Amino acid sequence: MKTIDLSLCAVRNLNQALHEQVSQLDDREWVVTHPDGKHNLAVGVNAALSIDIQGHAGYYCAGMNQKATVTVHGNVGVGVAENMMSGAVRVKGSASQAAGATAHGGLLVIEGDAGARCGISMKGIDIVVGGSIGHMSCFMGQAGRLVVCGDAGDALGDSLYETRIYVKGSVKSLGSDCVEKPMRAEHLEELQELLNRAGFDEDPKAFKRYGSARQLYNFKVDNASAY
Amino acid sequence: MCGIVGLYLKNPALESQLGALFEPMLLAMTDRGPDSAGFAIYGDEVKDGWVKLTLQSNDASHDWKTLMGALEGRLGCSLDWFTNASAAVLKVAAEESAVRTVLRELAPGVRIMSAGQSIEILKGMGLPREIAERFGLAKMKGSHIIGHTRMATESAVTMEGSHPFTTGDDLCLVHNGSLSNHFRLRQELRRHGIEFETENDTEVAAGYLTWRLQQGDSLQHALDHALEELDGFFTFAIGTRNGFAVIRDPIACKPAILAETDDYVAMASEYQALASLPGIDKARVWEPEPATLYIWERA
Repeated sequence: MKTIDLSLCAVRNLNQALHEQVSQLDDREWVVTHPDGKHNLAVGVNAALSIDIQGHAGYYCAGMNQKATVTVHGNVGVGVAENMMSGAVRVKGSASQAAGATAHGGLLVIEGDAGARCGISMKGIDIVVGGSIGHMSCFMGQAGRLVVCGDAGDALGDSLYETRIYVKGSVKSLGSDCVEKPMRAEHLEELQELLNRAGFDEDPKAFKRYGSARQLYNFKVDNASAY
Repeated sequence: MCGIVGLYLKNPALESQLGALFEPMLLAMTDRGPDSAGFAIYGDEVKDGWVKLTLQSNDASHDWKTLMGALEGRLGCSLDWFTNASAAVLKVAAEESAVRTVLRELAPGVRIMSAGQSIEILKGMGLPREIAERFGLAKMKGSHIIGHTRMATESAVTMEGSHPFTTGDDLCLVHNGSLSNHFRLRQELRRHGIEFETENDTEVAAGYLTWRLQQGDSLQHALDHALEELDGFFTFAIGTRNGFAVIRDPIACKPAILAETDDYVAMASEYQALASLPGIDKARVWEPEPATLYIWERA
């Protein structure tokens, strides 16, 4: 196990050491101490490492992650796991806005709340939030699943493509072209599997499903004469 | 981009360390605002019937002694004063309006940065470290303080364009963001008699609050009106005689984080600025909701 103390070295040293694991992979377990809200921690990792961040992290923590498992024992700032491709990121506290933005794959678990724009333009990531999420979440979500055990803020799923959203609590308002949809057996099964992976003991039957009405992004043949 | 920070002490035993606790918070926001910096500190209150003013002159070798002597003669009452770098703090047993009138006459180049019974606003151009050192921030005492590090976008880098801005007696404002309707609003406020010194958008927000408070609004009501009238992005921290308040615009474009322990309430643009506070590991740390007023005041 390798420990990096950020009160003694720069974030750049941490990220460089993690990137070097791509060729060698001789240390799989990493512990980061004294993060003190610093930005860009464990960004661009591309190896099956386990990284434990012991405290609060700043912006873009675990951004562009591939393969690594990152756990933050605290809160994170803007854009945690933004553009993640694979792997897993777990936040023990709460996340600021744009958590999991534009991410293509992997699993992001936020045990507390997530701020505004959670999962904005998500492209395949799975996000499971133990608490509530802020306004404009899942805006233009294209693929992947977003699970919220608490409430959702205004304009959930605005201009949604094909992301599936599951919310247990209340939704303050739905965005353009986002509608409630029936929970069929395959959705209960999918949700159960996501809750299991996130480690949340919730009953899938208590959730509602939201998705795209597909009126906004599909080309309508009725409009053909306009061109 | 700018950085804002605030620290309100719940535990009076820490008041002698206010500046020392706050300085690293301000310096941690240097990346967000290297152009200018400033702070408003509350403490060392003057008695009822007295007023405290913070003055600044662009002339570094301003002859404060002569000015204070002339002022004492004209007002015919006792006064107390000291200098702090380019600023002077004046305490006088007189009506504020009378002091302002005489000051304008005797020293038209001197700017009144703040007025009240408790507040002192100190600010200037340069890195936050230079400003903190210039005014001896680390040794300052008080009950609460808010500060700002500026990366200028809407107007020139000058002392006058630095934050905090006064919004009335013992009130001030710091701002992260930018306002898009400040030109029209400035014209309107001028018609209501509010004076402006700069082309700065935050000064308009400060002027707006000054005007609403003059109209008899409570701070809460003034800020409710501000949410409707100000178009743009903002996180504001507002200093009052007894405490401080935080509010973000309705779409929460600009960051803010709050922390509370038994000893203090702190706010900052980023958590980094809170990391140096004692007991932060055990603090409740959270992000304020959009368009929601958070206020802490001593009873």
